[in-house]
Amino acid sequence: MKNKKNIIYTAIAIVVYLLLFALVETGTASRQMQNLIVPVLVNIILAVSLNLIVGFLGELTLGHAGFMSVGAYAGCMFTVSCNLPVYIELPVAFVIGGLTAAVFGFIIGIPALRLKGDYLAIVTLGFGEIIRSILNSMDIVGGSGGLKGIEKSGNYTVAYVLMIITLIVISNVIHSCHGRSIKAIRDNVIAAESVGVNVVYYKMFAFVLSAFFAGVAGVLYGQNLGILKPATFDFNKSIEILVMVVLGGMGNIKGSIIAAVILTVLPELLRDLADYRMLFYALALIIMMLFSSNPTLVEFRQRIFSRSKREVN
Amino acid sequence: MDFIQQFINGLSLGSIYALIALGYTMVYGIAKMLNFAHGDVIMVGAYVLSIAAMQAGLSPVMSILFPVIVCMAACTILGVTIEKIAYKPLRNASPLAVLITAIGVSYFLQSVALLIFGSNQRKVNSVIPKFSLSLGDIHLSGEAITTLVVTVIIMICLALFINFTKVGKAMRAVSEDKGAAQLMGISVNSTISLTFAIGSFLAAIASILFVSSYGFVGPYSGAMPGIKAFVAAVLGGIGSIPGAMLGGIILGIIESMAKAYISTELADAIVFSVLIIVLLVKPTGFLGRKTITKV
Amino acid sequence: MLKRFLALAVAGTMALTMVGCGGSGEGGDAAAEGGSDVIKIGGIGPLTGDAASYGVSTKNGAEIAVEEINAAGGVEGMQLELLFEDDECDEQKSVNAYSTLMDQGINVLVGSVTSACSIAVSGESQKDGILQITPSGSAKECTATPNAFRICFTDPLQGQVMAQYITEQGLSKAAVIYNNGDEYSKGIHDAFVEKFAELGGQVVADESFTTGDVDFKTQLTKIKGSGADCLFLPFYYTEVAYVSEQAASLGLGLPMFGCDGWDGVIKQLNGDTTNIEGGTFLTPFVPTDSDEKIQAFVKAYNEKFGADPDQFAADGYDAIYAVKLAVEQTGGDLSNEALIDAMTKITLNGLTGNMTFDENGEPDKTAKVAVIENGAYTAKS
Repeated sequence: MKNKKNIIYTAIAIVVYLLLFALVETGTASRQMQNLIVPVLVNIILAVSLNLIVGFLGELTLGHAGFMSVGAYAGCMFTVSCNLPVYIELPVAFVIGGLTAAVFGFIIGIPALRLKGDYLAIVTLGFGEIIRSILNSMDIVGGSGGLKGIEKSGNYTVAYVLMIITLIVISNVIHSCHGRSIKAIRDNVIAAESVGVNVVYYKMFAFVLSAFFAGVAGVLYGQNLGILKPATFDFNKSIEILVMVVLGGMGNIKGSIIAAVILTVLPELLRDLADYRMLFYALALIIMMLFSSNPTLVEFRQRIFSRSKREVN
Repeated sequence: MDFIQQFINGLSLGSIYALIALGYTMVYGIAKMLNFAHGDVIMVGAYVLSIAAMQAGLSPVMSILFPVIVCMAACTILGVTIEKIAYKPLRNASPLAVLITAIGVSYFLQSVALLIFGSNQRKVNSVIPKFSLSLGDIHLSGEAITTLVVTVIIMICLALFINFTKVGKAMRAVSEDKGAAQLMGISVNSTISLTFAIGSFLAAIASILFVSSYGFVGPYSGAMPGIKAFVAAVLGGIGSIPGAMLGGIILGIIESMAKAYISTELADAIVFSVLIIVLLVKPTGFLGRKTITKV
Repeated sequence: MLKRFLALAVAGTMALTMVGCGGSGEGGDAAAEGGSDVIKIGGIGPLTGDAASYGVSTKNGAEIAVEEINAAGGVEGMQLELLFEDDECDEQKSVNAYSTLMDQGINVLVGSVTSACSIAVSGESQKDGILQITPSGSAKECTATPNAFRICFTDPLQGQVMAQYITEQGLSKAAVIYNNGDEYSKGIHDAFVEKFAELGGQVVADESFTTGDVDFKTQLTKIKGSGADCLFLPFYYTEVAYVSEQAASLGLGLPMFGCDGWDGVIKQLNGDTTNIEGGTFLTPFVPTDSDEKIQAFVKAYNEKFGADPDQFAADGYDAIYAVKLAVEQTGGDLSNEALIDAMTKITLNGLTGNMTFDENGEPDKTAKVAVIENGAYTAKS
């Protein structure tokens, strides 16, 4: 049973990649869409890793862009300062970016042990702002002008591999005993603690792992774009990732993937609306939230969905 | 001398934060939701104020009163409308879903303002009569004095209202336990709607004093003060009315002092570090109520 | 089990259709390459978000240039078409916008309006070899690639010129406030501080703020106690308006100097310039200039958009004319190499001065100094 599932997942992963490959290499996909592949994959990694904290651990954080930025800067500083061949440099950069972010994940995990809910949210928000403020005044990483001259060695294959690794690691963690402990903490801390779940350890574990992948995504972002600017990693970036997680459904990895794809591609598809683009994006966001969370509408949606299903049968 | 002036600068900045934080904390305390669009309601209020102020042919008193009243009415109606359309359908949904919706509303208000008023900031003339106190080298502007006084009065009124009126009691009951409040015959929905009306009314006052102090409004003017005020509300203990006041003032003074005596570049980092340290020592802010988890 | 599989399959196909659907519709690359009678000019800049006013102005200025040229019969028998995309001042979105424009088959790129976005885009445009003219990307690296040119001054140049100017006024103790979160402001500040010290001056107060700040009283109070004899404010007019009002309320009373971002400050202050009277700034463009061309532009802009144009609009306008001249130089050849080659041969007699371009993509033009007097900008020679 387990094996069969793995085979199917692997098959899907390969088929999706082959399709991407075909679309890009034959030039069937437009430039716009080719160019969106890496950002979509970066956002998938970010959304899935944030889902670990928000969805599975049940803690609200507003500082995911902070993890992303420290990882991005660390990894990209490495590639800028070292001139190794790409096939050595790139993997090392990802590891460095991930580990640096993981260290910060550990640091920000400490208040998470003591704080809950909105208080933790504001601390993580503050953490993101502190990082941005420091990066802005650090001339060694380019200050407010940003880190320039990063070799653009990230492409869709690298990004796809990283996304698959992220998905494999995170979904395995979730289905392992670690994941069950994390979910137990979300559902009831006291009950979890009383049956012997090490709350401190698992909270830290979730934060560190999530930060690690956010850092990797950051490096990928920088390697794809060639420039990193502190202003990119502001509070709005964290919100953008959080929106993906919430819209996709908390604690639902597939949902995060779909939401990341939609929310990255949607603003680009709305370009024809010109000045009204952001207005429609905002409306779409509100309407999607109402449809996914309002009890009456959810029921209505399910009724329609089940009817169409019956008709198919 | 400088120190006193810097302290006063911090105080005037802090009183603006406090005023906005009162709106945040009011809504959070009762409806248990973070109204991220609060800052943007303030922005809309400032635009309304600037339009109403252009109304010609009014007596001197009316030329101040008319824009103020229009602004208050507009903000309150806007706040209640937002609540009806966007938040009410999500009354029983997860708090995060409501948070994201609030962010959507915030984006919506910003882009509408951008479409209507354009991207340039707009000059708004102060509705507060020009006066200022000077003591040697120390200046205290009329706007700062007014803001401080108004914030204190509002804080006291709110505290009295919540603690000593029937509606206030209903609000506290809703905040404590929605289900039980409903069983006691309190209309949870209308209580929360009323809370939003009050919150938006506070936003109107904040927007009047904010633009009077700084003189300009743009489509994104509400975002930054909104976040700072949110920090202030948490620092003081979110949900607590005196806490919002205290948090706002302290935040303003810390920001001012950090800029004056440590580093202007790292001022934001210092402000947030203080916040984190305070929360680590006192996890519910200065005046927040401790929640006891029962097994 | 089956349900899970179905869900994943749906997820997968959705992702693919999203990626794929763009592909089927817009395969228009080839059409524009051939001998069509339209020159497609792509523009990128922030039309929404914090920096929106810069992008909107540039777009407006460019639109006026395009209309003028088309009304006069176009270039080499071809009409111009401006396609302007929003990037929200975000580098990733700027590159996205660039790809969208490439799908529409643009011949020349005018953009991006802001520095970091311009740099990010030039990383991509270099691969395509397309001519990129940034109207207002002032960071040094904006023209680092061989296909990139710019219309505006670089940041360091402005800082140096202003340091020189202030020293010439007999002032030697400067107080500086700059936006730490903005490369433009920081670039001018750094060059200014260096040059000013070199000229024997002293920066007695060096303060900063961050994008979004509206309260400058703390910085101004510090400056007040520092014994400075002038105030240098290298940032945009929006914040300059705040600073000038707050400086007045604190009774600071120092002469103020600034950079080309000041243009627009009078409109910002609704024409009430009491608090900024005598403010002097470096600019390539003054809307009250008696020059015929500038007056015609100001008139056209006012008719179309109901406002006075700022320097961004003038930069956008000039960028379009640079494209026109380059096309004329090649005699209608729209190939990338020919256009890039032509850029170094043209002399643009633009709103922001007469300029030629060197191989590095830098414009060679002179700076004007404008003074704010009695509610209007006055050009000072």
